[in-house]
Amino acid sequence: MSEAVLLARIALRNLFGSFLNLVIGGIILVGTLLFVVGGSLLGSIDAAMSRSIIGSIAGHAQVYSAKSKDELALFGDWVVPDIAPIPDFSKVKPALLSVDNVKTVIPMGTNGATVTYGNTVDLTLEKLRHAVDARLKGDRSSATNARIESLKTHVRHIVGVIQGDYKKLAVLATAAIDPDAVAALEKAASPAFWSGFDRDPLGHLEFLENKIASLVPDADMIFFSFVGTDLDAFRKSFDRMEVVDGQMVPPGRRGLLLSKYVYENQFKLKTAHRLDKINEALHDEGKTIAKDPDLRLMIKQNRTQIREFLLQLDPLSLSRAVAALQAFLKTPEADPAKLFASFFDTDDSNFAARYRFFYDRIAPLVELYRLRPGDYLPIKAFTKNGFLQSANVKVYGTFQFKGLEKSGLAGAMSLMDLMTFRDLYGYLTPEKLAESKRLQDSAGAKFVDRDKAEAELFGGGATVVSRATEKAIDERAQLGGVRYGKTGGAGADLAYSPEQIEQGVVLNAAIILKDPSKLDRTMKDIDAAAKKAGLDLRVVSWQKASGNIGQFVFVTKVALYFAVFIIFIVALVIINNAVMMATLQRVREIGTMRAIGAQRTFVLALVLVETLFLGLTFGTAGTVLGSLIVKALGRRGIPAVNEFLYFFFSGPRLHVELGLGSVVGAFLIICVTASLSALYPAVVATRVTPVQAMQTED
Amino acid sequence: MNNVSAAGSPIVSIVNVRKEYILGKAVVPALQDVSLAVMPGDFISIAGPSGSGKTTLLNLIGCVDTATSGQVLVDGRDTLHLSDRQLTDLRLHTLGFIFQSFNLVAVLSVFQNVEFPLLLQNKLTPAQRKTRVEELLEKVGLSSHAKHRPSELSGGQRQRVAVARALVTRPKIVLADEPTANLDSKTGENIIDLMKEMNRAEKTTFIFSTHDAKVMAHANTIVRLADGRITGLEAATRA
Repeated sequence: MSEAVLLARIALRNLFGSFLNLVIGGIILVGTLLFVVGGSLLGSIDAAMSRSIIGSIAGHAQVYSAKSKDELALFGDWVVPDIAPIPDFSKVKPALLSVDNVKTVIPMGTNGATVTYGNTVDLTLEKLRHAVDARLKGDRSSATNARIESLKTHVRHIVGVIQGDYKKLAVLATAAIDPDAVAALEKAASPAFWSGFDRDPLGHLEFLENKIASLVPDADMIFFSFVGTDLDAFRKSFDRMEVVDGQMVPPGRRGLLLSKYVYENQFKLKTAHRLDKINEALHDEGKTIAKDPDLRLMIKQNRTQIREFLLQLDPLSLSRAVAALQAFLKTPEADPAKLFASFFDTDDSNFAARYRFFYDRIAPLVELYRLRPGDYLPIKAFTKNGFLQSANVKVYGTFQFKGLEKSGLAGAMSLMDLMTFRDLYGYLTPEKLAESKRLQDSAGAKFVDRDKAEAELFGGGATVVSRATEKAIDERAQLGGVRYGKTGGAGADLAYSPEQIEQGVVLNAAIILKDPSKLDRTMKDIDAAAKKAGLDLRVVSWQKASGNIGQFVFVTKVALYFAVFIIFIVALVIINNAVMMATLQRVREIGTMRAIGAQRTFVLALVLVETLFLGLTFGTAGTVLGSLIVKALGRRGIPAVNEFLYFFFSGPRLHVELGLGSVVGAFLIICVTASLSALYPAVVATRVTPVQAMQTED
Repeated sequence: MNNVSAAGSPIVSIVNVRKEYILGKAVVPALQDVSLAVMPGDFISIAGPSGSGKTTLLNLIGCVDTATSGQVLVDGRDTLHLSDRQLTDLRLHTLGFIFQSFNLVAVLSVFQNVEFPLLLQNKLTPAQRKTRVEELLEKVGLSSHAKHRPSELSGGQRQRVAVARALVTRPKIVLADEPTANLDSKTGENIIDLMKEMNRAEKTTFIFSTHDAKVMAHANTIVRLADGRITGLEAATRA
C-alpha cells in the first residue's frame, strides 16, 4: 500500500518533469482527441444514416432471391443490380413471419422510370386541342369559346416569341437557320392562318404541333427511380414517410406518390426552383451571392433563361406581370424580356424582397409545376428483358422521408403500387404466359431468336414469310375477351385486391423487426426459416442492402480506426524510445532505489505506472478536449453542404453525440499503448544494479 | 575493531574473500584474501588510494555485490547464498547507505526522500513515519527544509538528508562510500561529526571509505587497503 503511495508520488512528480514527457503527452493527447471526435462523429453518422436507411426504404433487413447475379443495392450502385425475381410473394411472407422477431414483411421492387415531356408549346397546344375537341363534340358554351380564343392568342404570342428568337439568331449565324422553319413561322404568324383556324381547327393544330412545337428544343426527359410496394403496409411501417402534397394513394388503387425531391427538382419551373435554392443557400447555409459563384451562376441562368416565362404567359397574364414588374422595379420599361431579366438580376440586398414578390405576384400567373396531384403520368420503364413497357399512372401526390427531404439518394425514390410495378417490370405470370402462347398460336406467329433472326427471316430456307396471309386483324377476337387495363384514362387506376398484392412477383422484401437490436440473430433465424420453407433467399442487413452507401460508413470507420491504429503504433514506438531514454538517464536514481531496498518489481512498477500516469493524464485531457469539441459540434451541428451529407446526416445538420464507446475505447487504447510501450524499458530498468548507484559521476 | 577479542559476535564477518572483475578478456582482481570482522557499534574507516578496493569492499558488505570466493556474513547471513530479493530485503532492513554524490531522488522533497525507505519497508503507520522522519530531520538540522527539493539545498545539506535517509530505518549498519569527497573540508567534517554522533547515540555501526586523512582520523579503527589487500589495521589517534 505504501509502495503504491510512493509510486504514485514519484509518477505524479515526474509527469511534467521533462520535455520528453510533454512530447509523449502531446502525442497521446492528439491521438485520444482524434479518437473521441472521430469516433463520436462516425458513431453519430452511423446512427443518423441507419435512421435514414432503415426508416426510408430498407427496413431492418431485406430478403431477395439467391439466384440474383448482383447484390441488392437499394440506393443504387454504379450500375442497376441484376436481381432475380421472387415469383410468388405469398410463399415468402408466411415463412418470414414465422420468425418471432419479425414484425412486418413488405414486398418491394425497384425500377427506373422515364417520362418524356412535351415542351411549353406542346402543352399549350394540347390545351387548345382539348378545348377544340370539346367544341367539336358539341360544347358551344361561351366559357369554352373564350378559352379557345385565349389559347389561340397565347399560341400566337408563342409563335411571336419563337420568331423573335429566330430573327436574333439570323443576325448571329445565317447559315444555321433552317429556311423551312422560317417559312413555317411566317405562316403561323400570319393573320390569314389564324382567321382560317376555326374552319379547320384540327388541320391547323396539326400544322402547329408538327412544324412549330418542334422548333422549341426544351422538351424534357425525366428520369426517376421508384419502388413498387404495398403502399398501405409501407406507410404503416416506415414512419419517416409523410405525404406533402395531394393525398395517399387510396387502398387497393393503382397510383404513384412522387418524391417531393423529384417533384421540386424535375417538375417545378426551373426559374422558381433556382430561386428556392438560392433562398435556401442564403438562409440555411449562410452563403452570400457576393461570395458564392454557384449562386451567381444560378442568377445568371435566371436572367437569361426567361423564355420559359414568355412562352408560358398568355397575353393577359403577361400584361399583368409587366404591370406588376414595372411598379416593383419603378421603371417605364415595357419589354417583358428586359423586365424579367432585370427582375432576376438579384444581389444579397434585394433577393429576399424579390423572392417574396415572385411568389406573391408572378407565380400565380404561371404553372409552377408541370404536374399536379391528380394528373396522370405516362411512365415508361424497361422490363427485365429489356423491353420498354409503359403505363399511365395517376399521381396522387408527393411525399418525403422526414429528415431526408433534400437528399438526392433516399429522397429521390418515388413510390408506386405493386400492381403497376409488376406491369412495368414485365414479369409474366404463368397465366399471362399461357395467354401469350395462345395468342401466338392463333396468330400463327413464330418465335425468332435474335441471334438467328437474320437467317430465319431472310436466309435461304426461310419459311416465315411464305405462310403469311393478308387479313384484317380482329383485335377483340384475338384477345379472347380478356380485360386489360386501358392505357390512360380512368382505367389506369383499376382497383386490386390485397390477395393480388400477395400473389405475384416481387424483387425483394423489407423486414421490420420488433426488436432491432437482435438483428444478427433474427437474420440467422430468417435464413433458417426460408430454408425450411424451401425458399432460395438471401437475407441482408439494412447496411448491406443499401449498397455502396451503406458500406461507406463502415469503410470510413475502418479508415479512421486504421489511422488511429497507425498513430498509436507510431506513438508506441516514440513512447518506447522516450521512456527508454528517460530510463537510461535515471540509472543512478534507479540504482539508488535498489541500493536502499527497492525490489525489482518496484522498479518495474515505477516505470509502468509513470507511463500509465502520463498516458491517463494526457489521455484524459485529450478526451475532455475532444468531448468539448463534440459538445460544440452537437450544439451547433455540422451543416450538410451537399446531398450526400444530407443522407449521411439524415437531415440538414448532424448533431454529433458523444459516443461512450469512443471514450472507453480511447482509455483502453491509452492503457494498452502506454503499458506496451513502457514494458521493455521497464524490464531494462529492473536490470539496473545498485552498484551503478555507487559509481561516481566522473 | 575487535578482530581478535571475542566480546559478542561480529555484525559483519569477511573471511578469505576474493573478488574479481572481468574486463574484456583480462581478469582483474579487486580484492584478494581479505578477512575482516566488524563488531556492532564500530566506527570504521576504510582507507587507501584510488583503485585499492575500498568501494569493492563496501559493495560486498553492502550486499550490492557478491564475492567471487570466500565468505561474507552480514548480520549473520551468508550473502553468497541469498537471492536478489533476499539481498534487497537485507539492504532494506539491516543496512543504510550514504553515497558520495548524495543520490537523492530529485523530484521528491527532503521529507519524502527521508521517508522513502520507510515506505518501502511498509512497517509504520503514516503518523509514525511522520514522527520518525521529523525526528531525524531535527537531528540533522534540516527541519525547516522539509519541503525543499534537493536542488534547493547546498551539498552539505544534501548529504545531511542522505544521512537522515540512511538512518531513518534504524539500520544496524550504515555504509558510506567517500561521504565527504564532494564536500569542502569543513562541511565534510561536520558530516563525519554527525555520523559519529549517531554512532554514539544509536549504537549504529558505521563503515565508511575515504582517502582524506583528516576524515579517517575520526574513526576508531582504520582499515588500510592497497592493491586489493588489507595492509594494516590501526586504531585511530582520536578514537
